[in-house]
Amino acid sequence: MQVYLPIAEVSVNMFLLFGLGGLVGVLSGMFGVGGGFLITPLLFFVGIPPAVAVATSANQIVASSVSAVLAHLKRKTVDLRMGSVLLVGGLIGSAIGIVIFNYLRSLGQVDLLVNLCYVVFLGTVGALMLVESLRALRRARKLGGALPPRKARRQRTWIYTLPFKMRFRTSGLYISVIPPILVGMSVGILAAIMGVGGGFIMVPAMIYLLNMPTKVVIGTSLFQIIFVTAFTTMLHAVTNQTVDLLLALTLLLGGVVGAQFGTSLGARLKAEQLRILLALLVLAVCGKLALDLFLTPSELYELAEGRP
Amino acid sequence: MIRAFLAIVMLITTALPGTKARAQEEVVLGLSQNRVRITANFDGSEILIFGAIKRESPITDTPLDVIVTLAGPSTPVTVHKKDRRLGVWVNTDSVEVQTAPSFYTVASTAPLTDILRQTEDLRHSISVPRAIRSVGSASDTADPADYTRALIRIRENQGVYQSLEGGVTLDQQTLFRTSISMPSNLTEGSYDTRVFLLREGHVVSRFDTVIDVTKVGLERWLYMMSRQQPFIYGLLSLTIAILAGWLASALFRAIRSS
Repeated sequence: MQVYLPIAEVSVNMFLLFGLGGLVGVLSGMFGVGGGFLITPLLFFVGIPPAVAVATSANQIVASSVSAVLAHLKRKTVDLRMGSVLLVGGLIGSAIGIVIFNYLRSLGQVDLLVNLCYVVFLGTVGALMLVESLRALRRARKLGGALPPRKARRQRTWIYTLPFKMRFRTSGLYISVIPPILVGMSVGILAAIMGVGGGFIMVPAMIYLLNMPTKVVIGTSLFQIIFVTAFTTMLHAVTNQTVDLLLALTLLLGGVVGAQFGTSLGARLKAEQLRILLALLVLAVCGKLALDLFLTPSELYELAEGRP
Repeated sequence: MIRAFLAIVMLITTALPGTKARAQEEVVLGLSQNRVRITANFDGSEILIFGAIKRESPITDTPLDVIVTLAGPSTPVTVHKKDRRLGVWVNTDSVEVQTAPSFYTVASTAPLTDILRQTEDLRHSISVPRAIRSVGSASDTADPADYTRALIRIRENQGVYQSLEGGVTLDQQTLFRTSISMPSNLTEGSYDTRVFLLREGHVVSRFDTVIDVTKVGLERWLYMMSRQQPFIYGLLSLTIAILAGWLASALFRAIRSS
């Protein structure tokens, strides 16, 4: 069944959109990523204009994140306190990021920079996670299936000497608020430049930099993503008027259902397996983007409506 | 030299009957629909354009040809070209095309090169390259024509520019008809419809009308709101998103607990 999208001004198969939303929803619930880095390229592929795709996927991510966070809240795997601290950093970061983005746009070549950003960050994050998770899995297997206790408290270095300490009970941490704010801020900057929620950077940062347990990381990341993407949606709706409600609605119908499945699926997998899967996914998207940058395109020309 | 002169004289003399017939032949047009309504399940539209030729004098011996064009609203378009820099493909040069129709179809009884003279094409902007205006495009690129060709190629592949040579059927030099399919990715606006009658490459009569393409119902309502009350529209989008998320979660909990 075809549906005509009023803002995107194209007609697309409804079940295709439903499926896309569902797929991203599953990933969102499973890994705690918003899925922006995945849904936006997929929408381009279906024929939605880029500006509409970016704005509308932000709105769709709000829906699937709410759905997933509620499921995580029920399971008590959301560190609200940590989420709020990260969010404060994140919002400051977004504001800085938007300034940087506009500066880069005035220089031109912002598309190229965004793509390079994606390839570099997705590549590094994906590769590091894959190596680490594989090592952890191998270690676990050597010990006859029993997972060794996480060496989370190993890094009692300078991070623990910082002031403004706070107790994050759900994460089992007692650390200074400065590292989480810094993490939130840098993710916020990147997210604003790359036009995504930033879950795929936030999740590894929380695991490896803040030493949070993987189970808590997913819910907390999603909690933070809701606010960042809601902010982005409003910004796009008011300034560019590129949020397509009908498109968002079809996507999120699939998304919210997918997120529920994803959450229960994620709960059944081991933390290491979860991280390996996320790493592979991140690397796959990175590979696709890298190919686009380095391979000779079939069409050398590109159209953009309006004046440069 | 003499031969060239003779050719010009012949051109002029053969052109004369055409100019004489100008006022004598007129198009009476019919459209299967003069409004296209874009509803939520809009999936393209087929427009039947048909008509008759009204004349006061008997049909002349020179064959008659018909061209029908349908053009969507025009917008400026920037064409970027990619080039390899340090192994990476980046947008380097760009050319701005002043106006290019968002949709353009030209249907004719025979190939355009056979029935339409260059000068007439220039005057009436009939063929696809002429329908795009890129005169005096301020650019320092080597070959701006490459860019307009690329624009046409890309839009032809998208199915929004079409050349239907032989797409118009003409019966007894009087009745003509053609059907033009409009794709599902139509934009709103007035679509200019033109019918040209040609004899020996000259336009002897022209008829213009407009097909309105409008969004109706939910489509129109959403579109207007996003333009007129963007803040409320944004809030509505968020509310729907949050509600849908909550509903799905509540529903799943109910299913699991039962």
